[in-house]
Amino acid sequence: MEKKKQRLFVRTVILFLLVGALVYTLYANFNKDNNSAAKKGSEAPDFVLTDLEGNKHKLSDYKGQGVFLNFWGTWCKPCEREMPYMDNQYKAYKDKGVQILAVNVGESNYSVQNFVDRHKLSFPVLIDKDSQVQTAYDIDPLPFTFLIDKDGKIVDTVKGELTEEIIKNHMERIKPN
Amino acid sequence: MADVKCECGHVNPHGTILCEACGRILDESQSGTKLVDMRYEGSARRSQVYNKTIIDKIWNFFSSVKVGVWLIVITLVASAVGTILPQEFYIPPTVTADQYYQEEYGWFGKLYYHLGFHNLYSSWWYLILIASIGMSILIASIDRFFPLYRSLKKQTVSRHEGFLKRQRIFGITKPDHSEIELEQIAKHLSEHRYKVRLENGNILAEKGRFSRWGPYVNHIGLIVFLIGAMLRFVPGMYVDELLWIREGETKEIPGTKGQYYLSSEKFILEVYEQDKEHENFSAAIEKNGMIAKNYQSNVTLYKRDGKAIPGEEPELTKIKDHKIKVNQPLKYDHYAAYQVDYKLDELNKMKFHLTNKESGETFGLITVDLYDPKPEYDLEKGYSVELMSYFPDFEFDENGEPSTKSKIPNNPAFIFKMFTPDTPKGEVSFVAIKQTLEPLGENDYKLAFAGIETKNVSALTIRKDLTLWILFAGGIIFMVGVIQGAYWNHRRIWIQKKDGEIWMAAHTNKNWHGLKRDINRIIKNTSLIEPADQLQEGKSSKKGKINSGSTKQ
Repeated sequence: MEKKKQRLFVRTVILFLLVGALVYTLYANFNKDNNSAAKKGSEAPDFVLTDLEGNKHKLSDYKGQGVFLNFWGTWCKPCEREMPYMDNQYKAYKDKGVQILAVNVGESNYSVQNFVDRHKLSFPVLIDKDSQVQTAYDIDPLPFTFLIDKDGKIVDTVKGELTEEIIKNHMERIKPN
Repeated sequence: MADVKCECGHVNPHGTILCEACGRILDESQSGTKLVDMRYEGSARRSQVYNKTIIDKIWNFFSSVKVGVWLIVITLVASAVGTILPQEFYIPPTVTADQYYQEEYGWFGKLYYHLGFHNLYSSWWYLILIASIGMSILIASIDRFFPLYRSLKKQTVSRHEGFLKRQRIFGITKPDHSEIELEQIAKHLSEHRYKVRLENGNILAEKGRFSRWGPYVNHIGLIVFLIGAMLRFVPGMYVDELLWIREGETKEIPGTKGQYYLSSEKFILEVYEQDKEHENFSAAIEKNGMIAKNYQSNVTLYKRDGKAIPGEEPELTKIKDHKIKVNQPLKYDHYAAYQVDYKLDELNKMKFHLTNKESGETFGLITVDLYDPKPEYDLEKGYSVELMSYFPDFEFDENGEPSTKSKIPNNPAFIFKMFTPDTPKGEVSFVAIKQTLEPLGENDYKLAFAGIETKNVSALTIRKDLTLWILFAGGIIFMVGVIQGAYWNHRRIWIQKKDGEIWMAAHTNKNWHGLKRDINRIIKNTSLIEPADQLQEGKSSKKGKINSGSTKQ
């Protein structure tokens, strides 16, 4: 009887090890495509970028405020369409503790400045020259928006174009109480 | 589930067919056969005996060779299906998989995509299949190796007559001086490198037992290989990334978590030139035109100091310069950068002369950096050019407005405003490649194209593979197992005295011809008669049911 118990124990251990290895592999395989740190529910990766006026913006300096982090390009039509809505909401929420940071995906200063002037944007527009921030946030495609709460946690990630109504709702979600 | 005690006194596990010690038949159903089934020495495979708890049931499922073979067949078929259409990572990056399969392959492509076959090799069910094969290999081996090992270890020299009689090779001799002859035979056996055990005047001669472990060594190799493949999913073990880098650029090396940076000084493409090579080659060079001789990226590797957050200017320390050529990668800290692709003469700067259209007189040269154009170019003495709009990848959008397709200057276009002392209000000119428009009326001045500056771009594959050595080790162990099982045979010869007769039986796991040759050499110059091959006898006379005793394992 002792022997049989021992055998059952050995079989159980081996099966558990094998199944454990399988489960780990499956888990790792499913997460390999979105293994960037910027996932819903995780801490937003910190970054420092310079805006067109030459001011540095460090994400972690905005702790205590919600941050509406938008990635965009001048050639991207949906990005262009949502810009005026973002500007309106920026004006409405900047005193309520929600900041908008619009990160351009590394175009020339000239193109970005031209775009900002054309749309009279008042929120800070940052340029990610060598794509480091895009890499950290794993951006694809544009536009791509991250909603970051006052504790620096990513509340949600949004792919694609937003309407003014949706932007307003998002601003509400990350507004500190 | 009691153990079985043989008449010889040896206690065998439940389910044993042939007594581990003396070979007596314990399973009644075998007693009527002419030959015994020697597979696994007639030992009790545990899977066939225990079937109690759920663990035992799962264990027994994977222990079955039949299940193993089916798993392999299913995996083979699935792998073949994955090659019917290209997998997702081979399709052009510009289209989504959704569109691509439908447009290229019609309804079949659509079905293929919706069934998930475009990512077959990393699908959950494929991974489960592979893992099941791994389980099957491991469990089946455990279940067979230990009983077999036990049987071969416990075997005694004297065997039961039923066992000897039912060996494929068996014969009886009635000699006159059996004592002397047995000693002589034992000597002959030793000379043929058999390990000879003597007991009560009986002989067991054995050689090449270790070849029986070949399949198990082979399976260990497979398991090591699978572990290596699994480790690729562990972060930090395996990196395979692509880096496009322009001359003059410094970029973070992907896959290194921002630890390493690379700057490219130059990309060089050399071709064979007729007058520089040996004249023997000139005909070939003439016939084929451009033949690449060398693809080379001159790069510098940097390590980042401290921890920089993305976007921050990193502090870099130079590690080394290297010339990356095909098959001569830059290697450092388990990372390797291989030359894989290039793009020559990418537009970088465009130059224009501000020119009076009538007189052809020029008033200065402007150089527009396509990655960083300036809003204004001052040419002094009242001449200047203002950049009103810039379209790096120019096209007309759906409204007929000039716009850009991307941020890459594949087809740059500009709207300039030219100021001269003659035209202080400025003249607007739209300039694209080989095209100038004057949208606001006739101008006196133009920006005449004055050349371009280009840069080459290198594509490097960034690779790190810490699993490679494990895969190698697995492969080597696999081969050792194959060789061990294939080039050696486990041969045994039993010689026993029974009532003044000499009984001789022999068994091998493969190559019966070799065994028979061994026997012939051994009984040479003795009065022993050559034992018969009972299987061939049975075949020629076609009588009775034969348990063939197939002995491959």
